[in-house]
Order: sequence, then structure tokens, then C-alpha cells
Amino acid sequence: MNKPEPITAIAPAVPDTWAEVGKPHPHESARLHVLGEATYTDDIPELHGTLHAALGLSQKAHAKLRGIDLSAVSQAEGVVAVYTARDIPGMNDCGPIIHDDPILADGVVQYVGQPVFIVVADTHDHARRAARLAKIDYEELPAILTPQEAKRAQSFVLPPMHLARGDFRRAFEQAPHRLRGELHVGGQEQFYLEGQISYAVPKEDNGMHVWCSTQHPSEMQHVVAHALGLHSHHVTVECRRMGGGFGGKESQSALWAACAAISAARLKRPVKLRPDRDDDMLVTGKRHCFHYEYEIGYGDDGRILAAKVEMVSRAGFSADLSGPVATRAVCHFDNAYYLSDVDILAMCGKTNTQSNTAFRGFGGPQGAIAIEYVIDEIARNLSMDPLDVRRANFYGRSDEEGRNVTPYGQKVIDNVIHELVAQLEADSGYRERRAATRAFNAASPVLKKGIAITPVKFGISFNLPHLNQAGALVHVYVDGSVLVNHGGTEMGQGINTKVAQVVAHELGLDLSRVRATATDTSKVANTSATAASTGADLNGKAAQDAARRIRERLTGFASAHYQVAPEQVRFADNQVFFGDRAEPFPAFIRHAYNARVQLWSDGFYATPGLSWDAATMSGNPFYYFAYGAAVAEVVVDTLTGEWKLLRADALYDAGKSLNPAIDIGQVEGAFIQGMGWLTTEELWWNASGKLMTHAPSTYKIPAISDCPEQFHVKLFENVNPADSIHRSKAVGEPPLLLPFSVFFAIRDAIAAVGDYRHNPPLQAPATCEAILDAVEAVRAAP
Amino acid sequence: MSQAIRYLHRGQLHQVTDAEPTRTVLQHLREDRRCTGTKEGCAEGDCGACTVVVGELKDGGVELKTVNSCIQFLPTLDGKALFTVEDLKQPDGLHPVQQAMVECHGSQCGFCTPGFVMSLWGLYLKHEADGRAPARKEIDDALSGNLCRCTGYRPIIDAARRMQELPKVAFDREALGAALHAIRRDDSFSYTHEGRSFHVPRTLEQAVALRAQYPRATLLSGSTDVGLWVTKQMRDLGDIIYLNQVRELQQVAEQDGMLEIGAAVSLNDAYASVCRHYPDELGELWQRFASLPIRNAGTLAGNIANGSPIGDSAPWMIALGSQVVLRGPSGQRVLALEDFYLDYQKKDLRADEIVEAVRVPLRRDDGLRLRTYKLAKRFDQDISAVCAAFALTLDGRVVREARIAFGGMAATSRRAPGAEAALRGREWNEAALEDAVAALAADYTPLADMRASAGYRMKAAQNLLRRFWLETRPDNPLPAQSVSAFAA
Repeated sequence: MNKPEPITAIAPAVPDTWAEVGKPHPHESARLHVLGEATYTDDIPELHGTLHAALGLSQKAHAKLRGIDLSAVSQAEGVVAVYTARDIPGMNDCGPIIHDDPILADGVVQYVGQPVFIVVADTHDHARRAARLAKIDYEELPAILTPQEAKRAQSFVLPPMHLARGDFRRAFEQAPHRLRGELHVGGQEQFYLEGQISYAVPKEDNGMHVWCSTQHPSEMQHVVAHALGLHSHHVTVECRRMGGGFGGKESQSALWAACAAISAARLKRPVKLRPDRDDDMLVTGKRHCFHYEYEIGYGDDGRILAAKVEMVSRAGFSADLSGPVATRAVCHFDNAYYLSDVDILAMCGKTNTQSNTAFRGFGGPQGAIAIEYVIDEIARNLSMDPLDVRRANFYGRSDEEGRNVTPYGQKVIDNVIHELVAQLEADSGYRERRAATRAFNAASPVLKKGIAITPVKFGISFNLPHLNQAGALVHVYVDGSVLVNHGGTEMGQGINTKVAQVVAHELGLDLSRVRATATDTSKVANTSATAASTGADLNGKAAQDAARRIRERLTGFASAHYQVAPEQVRFADNQVFFGDRAEPFPAFIRHAYNARVQLWSDGFYATPGLSWDAATMSGNPFYYFAYGAAVAEVVVDTLTGEWKLLRADALYDAGKSLNPAIDIGQVEGAFIQGMGWLTTEELWWNASGKLMTHAPSTYKIPAISDCPEQFHVKLFENVNPADSIHRSKAVGEPPLLLPFSVFFAIRDAIAAVGDYRHNPPLQAPATCEAILDAVEAVRAAP
Repeated sequence: MSQAIRYLHRGQLHQVTDAEPTRTVLQHLREDRRCTGTKEGCAEGDCGACTVVVGELKDGGVELKTVNSCIQFLPTLDGKALFTVEDLKQPDGLHPVQQAMVECHGSQCGFCTPGFVMSLWGLYLKHEADGRAPARKEIDDALSGNLCRCTGYRPIIDAARRMQELPKVAFDREALGAALHAIRRDDSFSYTHEGRSFHVPRTLEQAVALRAQYPRATLLSGSTDVGLWVTKQMRDLGDIIYLNQVRELQQVAEQDGMLEIGAAVSLNDAYASVCRHYPDELGELWQRFASLPIRNAGTLAGNIANGSPIGDSAPWMIALGSQVVLRGPSGQRVLALEDFYLDYQKKDLRADEIVEAVRVPLRRDDGLRLRTYKLAKRFDQDISAVCAAFALTLDGRVVREARIAFGGMAATSRRAPGAEAALRGREWNEAALEDAVAALAADYTPLADMRASAGYRMKAAQNLLRRFWLETRPDNPLPAQSVSAFAA
């Protein structure tokens, strides 16, 4: 029993501001992580009778299924059941938007790795072994494997999108300088350390409980309900945490949830589905690779006067989230730059490969890198420092009319890119170091150094307004302990820490008194994906709303009970203050409970002021913009294409940060992850369309030596002018664009080979091979 | 008769009699013991989420090293102590390694964290006596086998330094030694389950006899390759002979100008002994050879016996003129390593033979110019696209002997006869270099795959020869810092 703590008469030592927000608290699960006690889905104690599933995968990129002989699978040791498309009780679809995404292939397979059947066995190992024994008779069909081929064949998963402003053609023709070019930027595997997993447990009256490693429990609930022919209220989806998501568990956790649930429903037994890493990488979609063709007109000062880009992505065999990804790419082609006369065409190429999906940045990085590539070329063509060209093109300061409207019509009213870049330029010694690289290169025949500074402006909110809503539940228990539940999911980004900080802040408590629980569709309904960097913004506001409702009730009670004016009731320092008296929070709560005050509340938030017209591609899709910039310095070996990052400096605008430690961690992690995308991480399909880089032995994400010796990440002092949660800004995705600086530093180093007279045709990822190719092209240039 | 697998974990003796011999330590931990702190990220020894520490008796003391539990078979634990993240929890809270990770914000999603904690603990134990904060290179080395997708590593590197500043937690090696002595077996060990046997000979004689008795058995040592035959290819290995505990194979000796490294010597120990003689030439390759947990488990002889076209040891060993020592019922056979490789994964190894040792020539000529270069997408723990070794012996300016070998350029690691001939007897100058560069194009017909195109492999191989020239030319040779991005 907790003894009530006595009311104390104290000198008024009410803290002026009780601030649990803004503190660099460790991640709420940090202790559990380091102890190995944090529970992931595969760690949940298994119920008696649990079975294990594995998927049988297509070996062909495009083929009719003439026959599927599963007799050897059924007869394999430990096998309990085998299911194909016709065994699905409800809809055979797990597409998040367009219903073109079968759970199990039906009649035709569309990529190597597409699931064809489910095998359920007594052990994980038996299921995996059995899955390989199928004899499938394929009638092969022609396959399209690259976005360029898809564009040539006009094979798209969705109609192309077009955004134009001004008169590109006229402006282009009148421009003093013109350039044309092409660029290819590769895709990226999410490589969450914890693979996809779902554990489905049948409940009474057709109920189904699914523990799923997912960023989107509500969508898993819908997909499972549809696949089983049930209503949403039959299905509960729960996720305490993921071992990383990065977008890969937004829509594509659905396949695994559905297959586990279908098996569990048919067998009336718990079924777990945890693919091996190779299967995970063969089955699931990745970041879209993009191919660009651009035409740019520009002035003597480097200012862009006309910009046209055609971009085609590798959508894969189905739409998945390719449409929204392309929309974000279109809306981020401008990055931090004002483009007066602009023409953007985006196509989602239908290819016989994995259906590409969300990945941190969600098209934003793919849109922005194209304009950065162009600016880099303009600078070299004009023999200017690229920073000066960037600056010449920045959106006007907030009060500078005429140069502050995006191509999609949203006014940029919170622009801090000028100040932010100026600060980084000074702090990092960019100009002096750039001169130093030139001096080094003049004396170094083999190794060349390069440096680049790149900015980021990133729109925060889901492009689709209706997704920008969130709910939360806050419970204050009679002992004064607090539990918060919200619709966001924890994938390592620290959303639970931030939301708990917000709740603790509202109730005047230490963070240690607030506990966050698993995301659960039976607690908060109709949640949006934890995506688009919006997790803490939306759910923090919803939790704040819930906590405030409780606090208001408590204030009313205290005011009446202790005979003080409501404005004299303060919550701080784990106490409740009433004028010159105070009471510990738990004792106060006991009194409130006895007085029958409702001690729990829901909360809700919908981001105000958003609009988007998909037909005209215009509106105000973003609540605000987050900004940042980075400087990278590299050394490149011009004999082999090997390179090393010598130093990186980043400055990021997290507004008034909710938790600087977490925010810096997000920036650093995004920087290294984005660097991997642009350098070592290469997806490689063979001529038959099989992804050959389907494990960490062949797919190389950054490792420890890739973290530079000098890595300086700081938060820019700023306050979000938009009324975001405690005036903070989102941090998940925007910093992924910061390592553009690494890519362009490599390009700068390569350019040294040709005395900076030629634009190295460097493609991404800048593998050693791609770098050497670019070096040789520069050497061969006239 | 089958004996129980006996190992120590969390202060207790565990005995296993009912597991398949190829059950992995990780499967056993997670599924049989429901000890779920250790995670599976890839099941191929490449991500480190499953990292554990294994303790065993060695040279009169206790040796503790990190390994990947996802590719180690359970019977290999017999007579050893297993340490997992659960072992580190202290009665009053966290171990300094764990505390440092919390303080430095070293975890985000947390899934890789137990593996990092165990690798950090391995590093902590290494500095238990001196209490020194490890240098960055040493931190990188210890953590090269642990992937983190969230943090970008900076906070984990900070934690590796911070852990040494916190109040020490001593590890009782003596108590562990006593416990290990209590379960130690001096004679061979044999485990059988459902018709599959796992044999652990202790002497070379026993090993050879077992090989003759089970000519079709799978030979196992470090399990860093064979483990994947099970976890990825789901092969049935049949009977297994585990050579890692054979005393004669655990030795490193110098004799007759050769460094003889027993087949059971770990890659890390093997490279440590080789790098005492060739520190500048092989040091970087040592660091870049897989990861520390892989080097702790794998063996140099295994890397050689595997016969992979891309093994990183064969090129420099061939270039140095190393030998492989084979042992069969009729005695020893010694082959030049280059003659051991016949074709893609085909070796001159008879069914009743085992690799006993490899022999590396000691430096005997101050005219030797040796360099090894590895090209891969990533610095840490990557498989080479091209691995090169150049060994020239110079008499003044004249090339007396040229031995050049490449991995990744053909079906096996192979010498470059044309390039060697272009150099042998010539003055070491630019004309000779360019002749050798041109000859390389005829020496190899490389393949294209996910690691590199054929064109890159050839271009880069030629350029590596040019780098070698720049580093070893008689006039104005350039230091490594001028020709290698990683040395700069």
C-alpha cells in the first residue's frame, strides 16, 4: 500500500515553469534495451500450441502459375497446413490504397519473391524447410525490370502526375545559360534490425489478436479484418515497439499480419510468422529508385530561371504507396529554392520487382536530390562556389514577397535557411576548408579531397490532410501513477519518451511517474501511420489534450476543495500547489478519486489549416517546414574509387526541441543512413529479375568505421512559429537529406581530376565503382 | 554412446541431450531456453544482434571472446561457458557497459543493443587490467561486426569510452576457470541425436582416425561458413567432425623460416601472429577481414580450405609462397597453396585428409616489397570485390622475383603469370609497370556480380598494381597516406 503523503505548508517554492519537455532524457526503454529485457514481438512468451508459418516464394519475375504441386510441402516433417490464395476467407488484398496487391499470388506471379503459399508447421525451422519443397509450374511472361524500361513501355501503376507553374519553355529559351542531363539515384532497403513479424492469436467469437511489428496498427487491423471477412471490431492489433521501421513497416507489415491471421483463423491456433532475413528482403519493397531527365535555364549569377524535370520511379509490381511517394518527390523538387517557371512530371513505373514503399523521407529525398544535382552543375559551369549558387536560389526571407511561394502554391512563411546556413558556414569553417581542399588536391596526384554544403527544407504533415489526426488516452491511477497510450508507434525514434514528457509536463510530474504502453487498436481507434515525421507532433498534441482535460478537472476540484482561485492551482515538482500550500500529487489524486473526479481522459488532435488538391497538385499540404544544412569533407582515391568521410557538421532546426538528446540522435542516425543510401547501399538484381543483395553479407549498410572521426551535430536555435507541440519541429525524416553533402563532396573531389572544368557524371549510390566510372569520364573529357 | 552437451550459463551447468547437432546456439537460447535477450537479425553472422561471449580454458587461463551465436552449433559449446546480455545485470543495477550505453544515448530501437553490449563487454574485459579507454581504431575493431541502423554509431563510440570511466565491475576469471575445469573433458566427445553424430576429437590421431572412419562427414571448425550451409541453405550436414579442439591444431610455431599455424587457430590469432612479421603490409587487411566475432570463431585454415574465389587470405599467402599441410592416414602432405586450388571450390584434398596447418614464410629478404589491397563496398566486414597481393623481391632496382595473386578475379585465388613475367628480371620502372598492367588483362577474365562489374574488377586490379608501384618505386616512393583513402 502506498501511504498518502501529508499536506505540507511550505513557502511558495512553485517552480516558475515546470519543464519536463526540453530535457535530454534517455529513451524510455534505454534500460530495457541494454539489459536485453525490452520485449519485441518474437520475445513475447508463446502460448501453448503455437505454430509457425513460412511463405513459399515465386522464383520467376513474371509468369502464369500453371500448376502448384504442394504435396511434398504438406508431407514434410512437422507440417500442419498449407494455404494458397483460394484458402483466404475474405479479400486477397493487402494494398494500402489501391487494391492491386494480393496477399498470395493468384494465377500469376509478378516478381521473384512474391508469396505464393503459406506453410504452417510445428517449428519455425520445419516451416522454412518445407516452404522450399514446392513444385511450381511457371509459364514465363515478359518482365520489365527497370524504371526506364517501364517509362518506354508506358507501364505505370498510377497515372503520371504533373505540376507546372509559369511558362517553363519560354523562360528556358530566354535564359542566358541552359543545361540538360540525366541522373539515376538507386533505391534503399530499410534494413530494420528486427525483421517483419506477426503473431496472431484467435480469440472467442471470431476475434483475432495480432502482435505485429508495425508502424500502422490500424491499417493492419483493416487488412486482417478484410482478409478474414470480419469487421474491424473483431481484430485487435498491438505493438509495444519495433526493432526499427524506417517506413518498411508502414504498409508492408500487412502481408505478414494477414498470413499469420489467416493461418490462425483457419487452424484456431496461435500462429507466428517471422521471415528469415533473406525472405524479408526478397519479399518486401524498398525506397524507390528514381531516374531523372532535366532541362534547366539559369542566369550569370547562378539563379535558376526555368526548371523542367521528368522523374520515373521503380514502383514495383503494385501501387502500394508509390503515389504518395511521387507526390512528395514533386513537392520537394524545390528543396530550399524558389523556382519561378517550373514543370515537373512524375511517373510510377510498373516493374516486375518488389513493390516499393515508404522509406524515411518518402520521396522527399528523391525529389530534392535532383535540384541539388542541377545546382552543383550550374556552379561548376559558372566556376562558382556551389554555396553561392544555392544562396542565390534560396526562398526569399519570410518578408520578401515574390520569392516565397512553392510550385504547389504554399507560401513559405517560416524560412530560416539563410541564417541557418550562414551559421553553419561560419561554425564549420567551410570557406577556409574549401580553399584547403583545393591546395591539397594541387599537390596530391592520387587522393583528392572534396567538400560540400547542402541545405534542407522539408514539409511536415502527411500530404493527405485527413491523415493528420491523432488520439490518446491518459489514465491517472489512484496511487498517482500515470499511464499514457496513443496512436503512435515506437520504432526507436523516441516517440514514447517525448509523449510521456508532454504528459509529465502537463501534470507537473517527473518523467519517471509516467509510463507509456503498447499501441493497441482497442485503446485508440483509427490511428494514422507513424510516418511522415508527424508522430510526436500529432500524438504529443493528442496526449497533451488528454492530460489538460484531466488537469482542468483536477483544478476545478482543487479550487472547490481547497477554496482557492483556479489560477492559484499549479501542478509542478510532483506536487499540487494551492496558493501557499502544497500536496504531493499521489495524496491529492487520492482525494480527487474519493471525490469521484474522472481521473482519465481521451485526447484528440487534428492539424489545422491543411489543404491539398490532388488534381491540380496544389494547396497548403504542410503545417510548417523544417530546415537544416550539413557540410561534409571527403577524400577520394582516384585509382580505385574508395573514399572516406573525414568530417561532417550538421545544423538542424528542431524548433524548440522536446528532447535534444533524442533529436540529435535522430539527426545523426538519419545522416549516416542517408549516406548509406547515396554510397554503399546498392540493390542489385540479376538478369532474371532476382534481387541478389538480399542479406547483410551482400547489402552493405554503414558500419562503425563509416562514422566520421569528426561528427558535429547541433540543433539550430529556433521556435516553431506554427503552434506545434511546445513549438518543436519534427525530426524523423528531414535530416536524411543532410548527407547530400557527402555525395556532392565526393563529386567535388572527382571534379578535381579535371581541374573542376567538367561535371562528373556521378550516379547514386556512389559505390567505389560508380566513383571510378565518374573519375574516368572526367579524365576522358575533352 | 552419446554424451550430454555440457555448458555453463548464468552460473549454472546446462546439459543438453535432445537437440539436433546443428541446432544453433541462438535457436537454443531463444526457443529452448526462452532466453530472449539475444536477438536474431540475419542468421548469417553479418549483423551482430546475436553476439554472445564464449569462455574457454586456454593456455592455462581463461579466454573470453565474442562470437555470433546464430551460426554456432550447440555441441560446439561443450565444455565452455556462454555469456549473454542477461549475465551483465548487476544486483544494484547496470554493468558499466550498459550504464554507459544509457548515458550516451546509445540505443534507439534497441534491437541491436544486446549485441553491442556484448561486444563492448568483450572490449571492457580486454582493458580490465589496464583500465585504459580504448582508441577509436580499437573500438571500431571491436564493433565492426555489429550493425546499428538507428544511431549512426557516434553515441555507441562515446559509450565505449565512457564505460571505462564508471566504477569498475571486476570479472572473476579464477572462478570461471575452476568451473570450466570441473566440466572439462580430456578425451574426445561424441554427441548423437536421431542418427546424426557430432564428434569432437582432442588429438590429431583421433581426428585422422575419425576422418578415415567417416569420410563423408562434414568437417567443422569455426562454423563461419558451414554454419550458413544450415541456416541459409538448410543442408543436411550428416555426421560432423569438429576439429577445433584438437590440441596439435591449436599451435602456432616458427621453424625453418616458416610460421606454422595450426588448423584450429582462430583467424584473429593467426593474423596477430602473421602481423608481428608483416605489420605494415597486412595490418589493414587484418582489421578488414570480416568482423571480430567472425575472426574469433573462424580459422585461417578454414578460410584457405574453403577455397572461395573471394577469401581474403589466399592472395597474400600465395604471393608469399605459403604452404598448406594436409594430414591423412598415410601421413603428411605439403603443397604450395597455389597448387591446392584446382577450380571453383575444388581443392586437392582427399576424402580421408584434413588440413593440419598452413605455413607462411617469414620475412627473409630485405628486398621484399609486399602489399595487400582489399576493395569492397564497405570498409568493415565486407566481402572483397577484388583482393590483391603483390610481392616483389628487388635487387637494387631489378625485380628478382615477382609473385602477384588476386582474389575475386577468377574462379579461385590465382597468380597473375603474365604480369609476373612482365616484371621478372626487369628494372622496376614505369615501363615495366605498364607492361605488367597490360598483361593483367590477359591473366584474368573476371565475372560481374552484385559486388562489382567485370570492367571495374579489371580496371581496379590494374590500378592497384599502379598503387603498388607508387608505394614501392625506387625513387620517391609514396607513403600509404598518399595513395589510400583509408590511410589518409
